[in-house]
Amino acid sequence: MDLLALGNNGWGDELFFATLMTIAVSITAMIIGFCFALIFTPLKLSKNKFLNFLGNSYTTIIRGVPELLVIYLLFFGGSGAVMYVASIFGYNKYIEINAFITGSFAIGIISGAYSTEVFRGAIQSIDKGQFEASKVLGLKKPIYFLKVIMPQMLRLAVPNLSNVWQITLKDTSLISVTGLVEIMRQSYIAAGSTRDPLFFYSFAAVLYLLLTFLSMKLINRLENKYRRGY
Amino acid sequence: MDLDLMVSSFPKLLNATLVTLKLLSFSLIFGLILGLFFAILRLNKNIFLNKFSYFYSYVFRGTPLLVQIFIIYFGLGQIEFLRSSFIWIILKEPYWCAIIAFSLNTGAYTSEILRSAFETINKGFIEAGDSLGISKKIIFYKIQIPIAIRQSLPAYGNEIILMLKGTSLASTVTLMDLTGVAKYIISTTFKPIEVFIVAGGIYLFMTFIIHNFIRYLEKKYSY
Repeated sequence: MDLLALGNNGWGDELFFATLMTIAVSITAMIIGFCFALIFTPLKLSKNKFLNFLGNSYTTIIRGVPELLVIYLLFFGGSGAVMYVASIFGYNKYIEINAFITGSFAIGIISGAYSTEVFRGAIQSIDKGQFEASKVLGLKKPIYFLKVIMPQMLRLAVPNLSNVWQITLKDTSLISVTGLVEIMRQSYIAAGSTRDPLFFYSFAAVLYLLLTFLSMKLINRLENKYRRGY
Repeated sequence: MDLDLMVSSFPKLLNATLVTLKLLSFSLIFGLILGLFFAILRLNKNIFLNKFSYFYSYVFRGTPLLVQIFIIYFGLGQIEFLRSSFIWIILKEPYWCAIIAFSLNTGAYTSEILRSAFETINKGFIEAGDSLGISKKIIFYKIQIPIAIRQSLPAYGNEIILMLKGTSLASTVTLMDLTGVAKYIISTTFKPIEVFIVAGGIYLFMTFIIHNFIRYLEKKYSY
C-alpha cells in the first residue's frame, strides 16, 4: 500500500490524476465521435451513390483497421498535416500538436465510426409510418427530425451507445503509446521506477474495471429515462 | 505520395502479416476452447462455478487488452516461483505471452457469445430429444452445440475481426507483427500515410475475407 501513498513518496495522486485524464480523453473522444457521426450518418443514409460511398468507406476502413495503426497515423502524420494546411495560409514554422488533442482525435475518429453505425441502425429501425404521419400533419423537416425522430432514435441508440462508450474507454489505453499520461502510461512509468509491474498493471486493471462499472451504472439510469413510456 | 516506398514496404509488411495470422489463429483456437468451457460453466447451476465464469468474463471484458498483455508479459515475471518453474520457458517469450493474453481475452467474449446462443435455443428441440429417449449427453453434443454454433456465427465473426485488430497490440511487447513493422517503417521514413495505406489495405483485405467466409458459413448452415 506504500506504493499508493499520496505526495512524493507514492503513486496515489499521480494515478488519480491519470484516471481523470483517461476520463477526460474518453469524453472528448466520444464528443468528437458524435461530431463525426453527425456528418457520416446522413451520408450513409443518403440515396446519392457518391455520398453513400463516402459514408460507407469511413465506417468500413476505421472498423477494419487496428486502432493502434490509426493512432500511429495521426501521431506521426498529424503535425505534418496541420503544418501543410498552415503553409497554405503562409505559416511555415514548426507546429507541434498536443498529445491530448492527437489522442482524443484518434480515438474520436474510431468511436465515431461505431457511433455512426449505431445511429444508422436506430434511424433505420424507426417505422416508416412516422415519417408519413408527420408529412400528413405538415410538420417541417427540422421539427420532424427533432420532435419525432430524435426521441425514438435515442431510445434505440442509448443501449448501443453504452457499448461504444465502453469500447472508447478501453481504447484510450492505446494512446499511452503517444506519451499522454493517462492510466496506462502512468502505470508504465510507476512500474519502471519501482520495478513492480505486476502491482501497477493490476491496479490499472482495477481502475479500468471501476470506470466501466461506474459508467454502466450511470448509463442504466439514462436508459431508463429514455425508455419511459415503453 | 511516395509510390516507391509503398512498393518496397509491401513485401516486408506481407511477411509480418504471417506473424499476425499465426497470432490470430493460435488465439482463436485457444480462445474457442476457453470460451466453450466457460460458457458451459455459466450454464451450470452450481452458484460458485457460475459466479467464477461470470467474474472471468467480466474482468476480461471490462479491462483493455493492453493491460492484460502488460500484466502477463511484464507482471508475471515478477513472481519468483513462476520464474523458477517450467512455465517460465513459455512466459519469457513475448510471443506466447501475447497469445495467452489474446486467448484469455477472446475466450471471455466467446463465452458470452456462446452462452447467449445456448440460452436462446428453442426449448422444444431439447424436449423433443428428451421425449425420444435420447440421453442428456447426446442431446448436448448433437443438438445444443450445433444449434448454438450456428446461432453464434454472426457474433463470432465480429469477434474474429475484433481479434484480428487486437493482435496489433502484440507490437507493444516487441513482436514484429503487421502493425509493429508498419510502425517501424513509419518511424524510420516519416511517411505515415503511405505505410498506413499499405498496412491498412492488408488488414482490410483480411477483414473482407473473414467477413465473407462467415457469411458463407451462415448460408451453408442456415435452416
